[in-house]
Amino acid sequence: MVTTAGSTRLPTAQVSAPRRRKSSKDTRWGNPIVYIAALVLIGLMLGPVLYIIAGGFRTNAQITANPAGLPSPWVFSNYTEVLKSSSFWRQVGNSTIAAGATTIGVVVFGVMASYVLARYQFRGRGAMYALFAAGLMFPITVAITPLYILVKDLGLVNTLPGVILPQIAFGLPTTIIILVPFLQAIPKEIEEAASIDGSSRLNFFWRMVLPLSVPGLITVGILAFIASWNSYLLPLFILNNQNTFTLPLGVQSFASQYSVDTAKVLAFTSLSMIPALVFFSVFERRIVGGLTGAVKG
Amino acid sequence: MSNSNFGVESLTVAEGARGIGLRNGGGVQALPPSRPRRRGIDWGQRLEIAVLSGPAILMFLGFVILPLLMAAYYGFYRWKGFGVPTNFVGLENYKTILQDSAFREALWHNGLIVVLSLVLQGPVALGFALLLNQKVRGRSIIRVLIFVPYVIAEVIVGTGWSLLLQTNGAVNGFLRSMGLGWLTNEWLANPKLAIWTLMLILTWKYVGFAVILFLAGMQNIPEELSEAAAVDGASYWQTQRRITVPLLGPTIRIWAFLSIIGALQLFDLVYIIWGQYVSSTAGVSTMATYMVTEGRNAGNYGYGNAVAVVLFLISLVVALLYQRFVLRRDTQGALTGGR
Repeated sequence: MVTTAGSTRLPTAQVSAPRRRKSSKDTRWGNPIVYIAALVLIGLMLGPVLYIIAGGFRTNAQITANPAGLPSPWVFSNYTEVLKSSSFWRQVGNSTIAAGATTIGVVVFGVMASYVLARYQFRGRGAMYALFAAGLMFPITVAITPLYILVKDLGLVNTLPGVILPQIAFGLPTTIIILVPFLQAIPKEIEEAASIDGSSRLNFFWRMVLPLSVPGLITVGILAFIASWNSYLLPLFILNNQNTFTLPLGVQSFASQYSVDTAKVLAFTSLSMIPALVFFSVFERRIVGGLTGAVKG
Repeated sequence: MSNSNFGVESLTVAEGARGIGLRNGGGVQALPPSRPRRRGIDWGQRLEIAVLSGPAILMFLGFVILPLLMAAYYGFYRWKGFGVPTNFVGLENYKTILQDSAFREALWHNGLIVVLSLVLQGPVALGFALLLNQKVRGRSIIRVLIFVPYVIAEVIVGTGWSLLLQTNGAVNGFLRSMGLGWLTNEWLANPKLAIWTLMLILTWKYVGFAVILFLAGMQNIPEELSEAAAVDGASYWQTQRRITVPLLGPTIRIWAFLSIIGALQLFDLVYIIWGQYVSSTAGVSTMATYMVTEGRNAGNYGYGNAVAVVLFLISLVVALLYQRFVLRRDTQGALTGGR
């Protein structure tokens, strides 16, 4: 029934074109069922998100009267109040610092280690790779209790570095798994040419590898940024002081503090998801590419 | 664009890190008896390896491996988290864990979540991936949109869904307005229902990730194969069943691995939606929420660390078994150190 790839040596395009009626007829738009199903899927995925955003534009009275309705009239005071509150902006600041520093740490340390794993031959290379790959198996959950003690012993409780340092460490496995194949793909000839020109391997790293790997660095950087921006468990353990709260902790404390004021909670929640969404939609292709590259590896 | 900015920034920071690393490397170099000249190139190379990989290895050992060892150590003590632990209790904590019905319940929930995640998300994701793998206009936009729940923070998902699902929330309101009032329920508090509510939320949040992975895997399947099948008169479904799905095997197996590990360590969503007290009565507690509730929140750090060790061992055994029996052929490269 199904043939092997070998049979495609025939001028497939011409032979198969008339047969595949479906695709030749509607290469433009395809099967309408596909679009309906896709619309349903998107509706299910976005519905709750849109509800959260729209709910922020309603009053509590509107929400109580008709929980599933649309804003009428539209109210902007929830959003403007959140945007005027200093605690919201402090949390945005803390989240930005934590995510930014985590990203820089993960990318810098990650690319250096990946370069070694990708381009050097040495004993222990396999073990080193296995060490980082094993890290993929253990999200931060497993280590959180002792990690808290460690951070406490270092005197970093209630400080952002107490969140940043563990996040860098736990971000390294994904980064390295994604970057190693990326760096291995840089042709050997470039390295040889560079060494003929008298350039050292480190020089080659600075001059050639880093510029060539910018797309990969962006992928892992965005992944690290979003992971840090969204992270909850570690800040929950480390940051107990309102002044050091990141946005996820802020959302939670806001939600319990204003549990009666649903509309305001919804407004706060929608505002705090904007950065991750923006980052993601701008770099969607890179992120998906990076993830699938890692899976293939 | 921002690309170049990013590159420059990482370069300068890396330069700083290199300076630090070099000093470390100097120490390393001084350690063994020097055999000059002949192996000079080798030493240079070793220095580079140490300098470049040192920071990552130190961070990883310090904040990933060391805590695991600490957990193993503290797990043998009854300890409130202050000073040096002195009250050595041997395996007492572990006995308590295994005898605690609350832990066994949590373990059972985790097992259920592992299985249900695979059973619910796998087929749904596969179906949608097959659907979107056709020539569809605006495919890239659809791809972005179905990935949205995955990108949103667990806290936001949890807060949003608990508002949607509360007694007077939008879901019940929507059902009533559709004339389906008899379907309204206590989605979160009803212990018979809560785990299914959780599964629904988990599916919603993570199915997009599976779809994206599957789609990417499908794009790696050479188009010639399905063309050849079409030439031979295979129908669309025959092609999918005999070619696409089997060739997607490696991707599916990796996804299942990630899903299992994630389900075993599930914490955020349960803790956010149900909180530390309700989760066990609603029948959605997990090993991780048990660990946090009984460990840190109760101030029993020795006990919490013992739970962490149990969670670690369970995850490790599952991961090793999975790799031994399922993943072996796919990830030989990734887990045995590559070429």
